Amino acid sequence: MTTTALRTAEWRRRLLRRHVLAAAAAMLLRLAAAAGIAALVLLLVVVARDGLDRLSWDFITSYPSRIATRAGIRSALLGSLWVVGLTGLLAVPVGIGAAIYLEEFAPRNWLTRLIETNINNLAGVPSIVYGLLGLALFVRAMDLGRTVLAGALTLSLVVLPIVIVSAREGLRAVPYSIREASLALGATPWQTVWHQVLPAALGPMMTGVILALSRAIGETAPLITVGALLFVPFDPRGPMDSFTVLPIQIFNWISRPQPAFHQAAAAGIIVLLAVLLGMNAVAIALRYWSERRRQW
Amino acid sequence: MATAEAPLAVRRSPRRRRLLRLREAPILGLLFLCAAISIFTTVGIVAVLVEEAVGFFREVSILEFLTESRWTPLFVEKHFGVLPLLSATFLISALALAVAVPVGLGAAIYLSEYASPRLRAVLKPALEVLAGIPTVVYGYFAITFIAPEILQRLLGQQTLFSALSAALAMSVLLLPMVSSLSEDAMRAVPGSLREAGYALGSNRFEVAVRVVLPAALSGIVAAVVLAMARAVGETMIVTIAAGNVPNLSWNPLEAMQALPAYIVQVSLGDTPAGSLEYKTIFAVGLALFVCTLGLNVAAQWLLSRFREAYE
Repeated sequence: MTTTALRTAEWRRRLLRRHVLAAAAAMLLRLAAAAGIAALVLLLVVVARDGLDRLSWDFITSYPSRIATRAGIRSALLGSLWVVGLTGLLAVPVGIGAAIYLEEFAPRNWLTRLIETNINNLAGVPSIVYGLLGLALFVRAMDLGRTVLAGALTLSLVVLPIVIVSAREGLRAVPYSIREASLALGATPWQTVWHQVLPAALGPMMTGVILALSRAIGETAPLITVGALLFVPFDPRGPMDSFTVLPIQIFNWISRPQPAFHQAAAAGIIVLLAVLLGMNAVAIALRYWSERRRQW
Repeated sequence: MATAEAPLAVRRSPRRRRLLRLREAPILGLLFLCAAISIFTTVGIVAVLVEEAVGFFREVSILEFLTESRWTPLFVEKHFGVLPLLSATFLISALALAVAVPVGLGAAIYLSEYASPRLRAVLKPALEVLAGIPTVVYGYFAITFIAPEILQRLLGQQTLFSALSAALAMSVLLLPMVSSLSEDAMRAVPGSLREAGYALGSNRFEVAVRVVLPAALSGIVAAVVLAMARAVGETMIVTIAAGNVPNLSWNPLEAMQALPAYIVQVSLGDTPAGSLEYKTIFAVGLALFVCTLGLNVAAQWLLSRFREAYE
């Protein structure tokens, strides 16, 4: 049989069908990829449409109010700063410590495997469940009350798996030869980690820390469970003060029926997204800078 | 850095080095404690949930909890049937996945098989931005855009709150999870398999669907299962957009209350510790924890059991 004999009318029909199908599929796939971007743009447009007019310096420096047009985010923004700052102080050293242990020192045994599986599972636990833990453990059992500290402890547990996973990735990227060189020169294991491995892994680690903290800034549910207040007309001044945070203030305004409060919510969202954007920009800059500095 | 110190270390006697190592033992212990905190966290979660839930089930039978069709713990006449909350959680998650999985998978195929490297370098991070947006923002999007502009106008939804509105907002959140993890799995499929497909006369779409997709299936299924776990536990979107009415119904245009939304509702009120209402949120939390843990374990098992090694 020759090739021309194979190219029957039936063969041609099938080839055409395959071409048409492939072309149609390519269009659909492109649409699917564009759909996510379209949703993102739409979301930003809706928020900007509702909130830009309401945004002003007064909005940022005013306390919340029962009168929608006078309400501001001062106490919520300060509350977010306190809670997320404290979360960072708690979660970052512990997370990096855990990462160093698992990556540099842990023996390959059942206990290490248990810890690793456990961290993976914790990353998938819904944050509201951490809120219940925080409520029973920090607020009630340890009697911290509905304070900034209780909220920060709870959020540290939420972000800890993120810090650990990204810190481990940073450590893993440091080539083994650096450790061997340090050990060969007589440094102890800890001296090797502290003076060689950690400085080399700092860039990617900081990126992970910032991503974890931006997750903490957006968290709402666990802090509601822990008992952040909905109406805070004062500045939180320390870890033992009661507090609210920006997403909870936004949630409070969203739950009211009046459109004026929805505008305040949209303006609050713009501030929240701006803060997140700033943090992500820093993370990207750090990644770029640390990759340029890397010499191996 | 340590370069100035290294010569010193060389001159140290073996005895002094042993001493140094001994001095490092506490540091090592401290690092181990940091890692062990994750175990304490899990133990703490299980202990807290089980303890309070046991207190709850002492007053309400498990049978009533799982079969009664009314959930009215905050009313005078109390009923403790978790079914309305479970069905709402299931319905909203299923609808969200029904949108997010096909679209996310399509986006993943496009990114992995069609897009140029430059386009992918822009598109993938842009999609991942969606996963980083706080969930209250999606709630806002649902009640100020999805519900009034789409559902009420086009589908004749009666109230502002509905399961479908929450599900659509959630699908946007899940989209990058599905697409990003699936794309990673598809990119891990070696080029030689694709080339074999092309050599046999397949076109790009046929290679994507008949060669790459099956080869990456375990990773894709794991991505979907992880998205499912995220959907079940997602709190703020369902609290804001689905309404807070326990409602045993399969009509997605009705208002409903999902499991996590009930926890928020009780937390917002002033519920004294030790009361039955206080214990209900831990029983509901336990149900939620069991569901998501099951899904996460399944995803990890899939990933490790069926990890294709093409080396």
